[in-house]
Amino acid sequence: MKSLKAQDHPLSSSETEIHYLERDMPNFSGDRFASELKKINLFPLKPTQIEVLQINLGKMCNQVCLHCHVDAGPDRKEIMLRETMQQCLEVLKNNSITSIDLTGGAPEMNPDFRWFVEAIRAIDSEVTIIVRCNLTIILANPKYYDLPLFFKKHKIEVASSLPYFTAMKTDSQRGDGVFEKSIKALKLLNEQGYGIEGTGLVLNLVYNPSGAFMPAAQAGLEAEFKKRLADKFDISFNSLFAITNLPISRFLEYLIRSGNYEGYMEKLIDSFNPTAAAGVMCRNTISVGWDGYLYDCDFNQMLELKVTSQDSQHLKDWNQQSLIKRNIIVKNHCFGCTAGAGSSCGGVTA
Amino acid sequence: MKTYYNPDDLKNFGKIGEFQKPLADKFFDYYGEVFAEGALTAREKSLIALAVAHTIQCPYCIDAYTTDTMEKGCDEEQMMEAVHVASAIRAGASLVHATQMMNKVKEISM
Repeated sequence: MKSLKAQDHPLSSSETEIHYLERDMPNFSGDRFASELKKINLFPLKPTQIEVLQINLGKMCNQVCLHCHVDAGPDRKEIMLRETMQQCLEVLKNNSITSIDLTGGAPEMNPDFRWFVEAIRAIDSEVTIIVRCNLTIILANPKYYDLPLFFKKHKIEVASSLPYFTAMKTDSQRGDGVFEKSIKALKLLNEQGYGIEGTGLVLNLVYNPSGAFMPAAQAGLEAEFKKRLADKFDISFNSLFAITNLPISRFLEYLIRSGNYEGYMEKLIDSFNPTAAAGVMCRNTISVGWDGYLYDCDFNQMLELKVTSQDSQHLKDWNQQSLIKRNIIVKNHCFGCTAGAGSSCGGVTA
Repeated sequence: MKTYYNPDDLKNFGKIGEFQKPLADKFFDYYGEVFAEGALTAREKSLIALAVAHTIQCPYCIDAYTTDTMEKGCDEEQMMEAVHVASAIRAGASLVHATQMMNKVKEISM
């Protein structure tokens, strides 16, 4: 399967996506999210602090998942250069960043991935480094076979998507054979001590629904995943994060194509939770694009909505004071982060 | 084409109170409490509801509890097994009456 961009699909344009998200629908208006925030005195939405730097190392990926909000895949060539990584390191040196969250695409496919991780560790031996590893990359090529060892050496937290504990649901979202390879990769991570109590090596799984419905309650789902993966495959992990799919890129395309867009949005809107709204991840995160531009979150990045701080839109111009005072850009896709128990890259927020 | 069932009507279920509010309020309070976590989990209750929905063949309930069971983390295999439980009970309910037929046959046969 090709990315939307390679297909030259209209929804590969962020302008078209935003146009769709801002359309008034029979049961909700295009600016509904902002009006919900106004009702609870959260508009304009402001940051609380800047603790997390979520860095997109590129859109290249060995998988083409049906729901991917990045529209990542083997045909995407955008990757972060070492020069831009150097700019990330400068930000890390000069600010109180507590967590570096490496994402993609498959971040490990960036040829400078290992160099970057080593450079981060050389600056700060304690900062949390998270890699959003799709699991199958570990088995994709012999040059990646030692990734579990590399992760361990640099005390990297691993966060990996696994939509379900069965092949049918996993493969329907992530591609044929992905479940089997993911299980093999999880075993390799367990062998290094990842997800095993007492090792301090963190392996978290990420669940997101395989379709136009909301995720199950995180705690119950985590218990179910732990039991099923342990009983059937002898696999352990630390926590499960339940994430809601946001109507962006391929998931938006799926929603429209399948006639589920309106119903899904209505469900997200009906489930708006003010507590989750107060705890959205964009309030303590800056998302960095592969080219060094700054965004409120990974989703705004994919919609090409740069931060509103005009003097600090790129790593090279990082201005902490300006960023902390900025207004966060919100649109109707934000309902995905505030529905029910809330959703973030670290799971529920309320 | 007009049909007796309209999927959009499901969204209006909550509006039945327009014609009789006190009884609707009582029903929805009861309904909400029945499906809350209790001695049975909300997930188990949702699977029971899905099975019952097929037994009473209510299209609204089937739509609602298909989504609900998926949102409770169930997969297709579990959902289909729940429907088979309902179907087995329905089939069994017919078949167990065969004992009455057998009794009658024996009663009137030489």
